[in-house]
Amino acid sequence: METILFLSPSEGALSKNALEALATAKQLADSLGTTFSVGLWGDAPQAAADGIASCSATKFLAVTGAEFAQSRYATDAAAAEALGRASGATIIIGPSCSRWNRVLAGVAHRLGGRADSHVTGLSASNGAPAIARWYYRQRMEGILTRTQRPWVLAVESGIAPAWDGAPGTAAVEPVACASAGVRSNVTGIEAPAADQQTIRPDAELLFVTGAGWTKKQPDGQVKTEAAQKLILDFLRLSRASLGSTKSLVDLHGEGVATLTFLNHMNQVGQTGSTPRHVKGLSTCCHGEEPHTVGWRFIGERRAISLDAGCGWARGKADVLYVADAFAVMEKVNALLAR
Amino acid sequence: MPEYQIVVCGSIVPDPLQTLEPISGPAGPALKNEMMLPAWLDPWAGHALFEAANLASKNPGSKVWLVALGPKAKLQQVMMTLAQKVPFELVALDGPAGGFTDASETAAALAEAIQAIPGLDRSRMLVFGGWESASRGTGTTMQIVGEILGITDQFQGVDEIKIEASGALRILERIEGGRHQVSLCDAPPALLGWATGNLPEPRNNPQVGMANMRTIMPALQKAKPTKVGADGLTFSSVAVPKQARDTKIVKDLPADQIAAEIVEWITNK
Repeated sequence: METILFLSPSEGALSKNALEALATAKQLADSLGTTFSVGLWGDAPQAAADGIASCSATKFLAVTGAEFAQSRYATDAAAAEALGRASGATIIIGPSCSRWNRVLAGVAHRLGGRADSHVTGLSASNGAPAIARWYYRQRMEGILTRTQRPWVLAVESGIAPAWDGAPGTAAVEPVACASAGVRSNVTGIEAPAADQQTIRPDAELLFVTGAGWTKKQPDGQVKTEAAQKLILDFLRLSRASLGSTKSLVDLHGEGVATLTFLNHMNQVGQTGSTPRHVKGLSTCCHGEEPHTVGWRFIGERRAISLDAGCGWARGKADVLYVADAFAVMEKVNALLAR
Repeated sequence: MPEYQIVVCGSIVPDPLQTLEPISGPAGPALKNEMMLPAWLDPWAGHALFEAANLASKNPGSKVWLVALGPKAKLQQVMMTLAQKVPFELVALDGPAGGFTDASETAAALAEAIQAIPGLDRSRMLVFGGWESASRGTGTTMQIVGEILGITDQFQGVDEIKIEASGALRILERIEGGRHQVSLCDAPPALLGWATGNLPEPRNNPQVGMANMRTIMPALQKAKPTKVGADGLTFSSVAVPKQARDTKIVKDLPADQIAAEIVEWITNK
């Protein structure tokens, strides 16, 4: 019989992504007719354990210590390995956050198992767990099973409702873990100023800008500054998250005058991210397949383009407005500002 | 000035502009006409290679190796272009580069090849690679390579490395919310899985190409046949999802009416 461990770093209360992974672990345990335990690590994981005390886990395990507060491979991998061993789990499930993504395969290797990341579905059939994940940059979906154990997984956000239940007092069992020989330290976080941050993972809307914003407009002029103002105003008024096509981001790297606030982290599709938002609005994009995979996990999609045959939109967006994005977005901003 | 030995792991992927179609083969899923598809260096591995060359150029005496696992003929095809970009020495492994092989088997092959590089000094070694690939896309291979090599200073989603006056490595990793985590690592060895970094693709340099080709061709000729599969893994299906939506085309509508529709849509929870 499978035994399941939900595993997560704790930085205070668990994140939404972690609570979704917890719900996924619980659901898989129910489907397999088995139980699950919880493993947490950090400087004070008791608070996180208390927050999920009523999740029906049979056991709460924790590695505690100031050195485990840092998001760092050496200590995160050591803690996760210790928790994995202490639990004896055959399936280990964690959230697809930067901390867990950084270590899950190393942990699986230490435990003699295998790892799979970016899991977008977990199911059980005839007592055997199976996962869904995407290959070739979200172009094709595979459903697979493994014989190796432990099977260490990172589940994507947005694939299950976050676990929601009453807090309480969890009986946490401490797990010993050594952290000798640490040679790296986290010294800080670099982030744009709050009013310049254009990536907002929790935003309802993803606003995608294409290279058309920097091309010659119908009057023969390039209007990059006007485009920049329109886009930033829209982001400020709508609180949307900003995505971009690779072609537009690359222009920036090549020193061509373009939208100065864009960097590679804004890029969606191809070598960019595949963000999950309820709605997506694309503007001035063109429709190559590598970019359109960036739409894969967006629910409702609309597009503004001068090209009625735009491959970004045709068959991929729900509504395509054949119009000048400059003119439309100016009006949109005026309406939002009211 | 530190002299680094930078080993970059990277392989080839189909040109992203190609339409990819999965098929079921005797050894599991594969891509239709996989050997016919034009290939290029995996984009993240490419960034890792260019960052490695940049770091090496700033630290004279440093050297860059590229350890690549892929079908020999496809590797040769990609190297014809890649060789002109930056100086490196190729270590080639002749084996599958598809996305449906297992990361742990790929990692074991790469780690073995790295360990076999003559004269590698761990105290100067930096292992670079893409934080994910554009094929399997798990972000797990480099972690396992690091584990096999005994490197526990690992960084993923790296966009920048700078060398401090003390010799410490200052590394920026992508984290949630469009932010970067800043870490200081005392010294090599370290493993860095690169995101996109900050460098544009270098221009072709025929002189670099000539120098590289002197070692690339012999490396390709003696590429070790490498068995990499997906032991223990069973795919019940691999499919391109049906994604066509019934797009409503709205033409000839004034901008203010379109704007009103969009605003209503955005604000309607």
